[in-house]
Amino acid sequence: MTYNLEIVAKYLPFLLLGVGVTFRFTVMGFFLGSFLGLSLALGRISKNPVLRLPCLWYIDFIRGTPLLAQVYLIHFGLPQVFGYRPVGSVDALVALTLNCAAYVAEIWRGGIESIERGQMEAARSLGMTYGLSMRFVILPQAFRRVIPPMGNEFIALLKESSLVSVIGLEDLMMKANMMAGRSFRPFEAYFTVALIYLALTLTFARLVGRLEGRLSSGHG
Amino acid sequence: MKRLLPLVLTSVLLLALLVVSCTQEAPKPATTPPTASKRKLVAVGEATFAPFEFMDTKTNKPIGFDIDLISAIAEASGFTVEYKNLDWNSLVAALNNKEADLIVSGMSITDERALEVAFSDPYFASGQAWAVKEGSPIKTMEGLSGKTVAVQINTTGDFAAQKIDKMLTEKGKKGLTIKRLKNAADVFNELKVGGCDGLVCDLPVVQEYLKNNPQDKVVIPEPAFTVEYYGIAMRKADKDIHELINKGLAKIKVSGKYDEIYAKYFGK
Repeated sequence: MTYNLEIVAKYLPFLLLGVGVTFRFTVMGFFLGSFLGLSLALGRISKNPVLRLPCLWYIDFIRGTPLLAQVYLIHFGLPQVFGYRPVGSVDALVALTLNCAAYVAEIWRGGIESIERGQMEAARSLGMTYGLSMRFVILPQAFRRVIPPMGNEFIALLKESSLVSVIGLEDLMMKANMMAGRSFRPFEAYFTVALIYLALTLTFARLVGRLEGRLSSGHG
Repeated sequence: MKRLLPLVLTSVLLLALLVVSCTQEAPKPATTPPTASKRKLVAVGEATFAPFEFMDTKTNKPIGFDIDLISAIAEASGFTVEYKNLDWNSLVAALNNKEADLIVSGMSITDERALEVAFSDPYFASGQAWAVKEGSPIKTMEGLSGKTVAVQINTTGDFAAQKIDKMLTEKGKKGLTIKRLKNAADVFNELKVGGCDGLVCDLPVVQEYLKNNPQDKVVIPEPAFTVEYYGIAMRKADKDIHELINKGLAKIKVSGKYDEIYAKYFGK
């Protein structure tokens, strides 16, 4: 089992070019997905079935189907049905956002439901509307609880972003494929790229851990 | 609750053992000793490349020029061959780890590839062509400047597109954006849905696509701009297989069998 360091050194700058693309997609997808996810969570817990059911169906569909299928559907499927010119990078971002939103929705739902009923009852008894209670009492408390799972979702998204390579985007995974095909050294290509992904995910895992620590100290 | 832990641990351990035992099974050698009944070789290719290799929708088996070719060579040289569908990027890896003995997949002979694999004598003359949708304002290669072109990753189409890009930038024009897709089918789909302005792919494959999909209205404005020859890729060390293949290829060229196969797919 040889790991040819020469080849790795030769291709490393090439591979690292993909990191920027991977990172951009992950961050933007997570940012947009988080907002959409929170809205979906609020819709999901609503008493009104007109709000709750579509949110539920959306979440179930996204969580129940492979991201790869979603990417292909958005990029090749929709233009075929609606006849518009797709833009690869937009399709990739949309797929990652929609996917992230479904998982974030469940994270927020868990966080919100974990806040004791007493909080909502107290807020309402003070005369606050449902909306105000959510905004100033429930969500701020839920926020701290969702940090760890949100951090995990970010890290998961970082890895899942590798799927945008199938619609031609030059992220880290695509760079790995190109290196493997040009150098005929799949082991060097994929193992190195796995290490790069690992470096990224471990870094963020650390950051999330520190964030958790800072937010939990000093508060009940 | 405490009693549950040992149970969980044992189940996990058993599951792990099950997985490990499955993966420990060494892949069956693709060849049988020549002294036994006819030697069996395994050929691989990515069956998304009509008319060379593609999936027959009825039988769900790979068919095409390359399959007929290697079967004829096998018959002429006295071995049996099994053709398997495998994605393009895994072909050389499969050859190197002995999952396959031959790559017969419309693979062009290039100096770079010849460093890693041994090629048979050329068996088909081809070239890269670029195609756009009917009605596209792009009429010449220079018109591709500043446009997006789809190619299959790590193919001579990919490399040819890079050459076009270089040629354009050297002339002081804008280069082109290359979109790399996993297989030829995705490349054609990309043009179809409008995710790119043009594509670069082997001429015979594009022509076959035009023939079978007239409704997609794809055109080839200029003739092929590279000259390439397909070869069968094999491990460098297998000198005996090189001989079997080259002798078999020569035999079918002389006997007219090659022409028969050629006419079947490319005849009028």
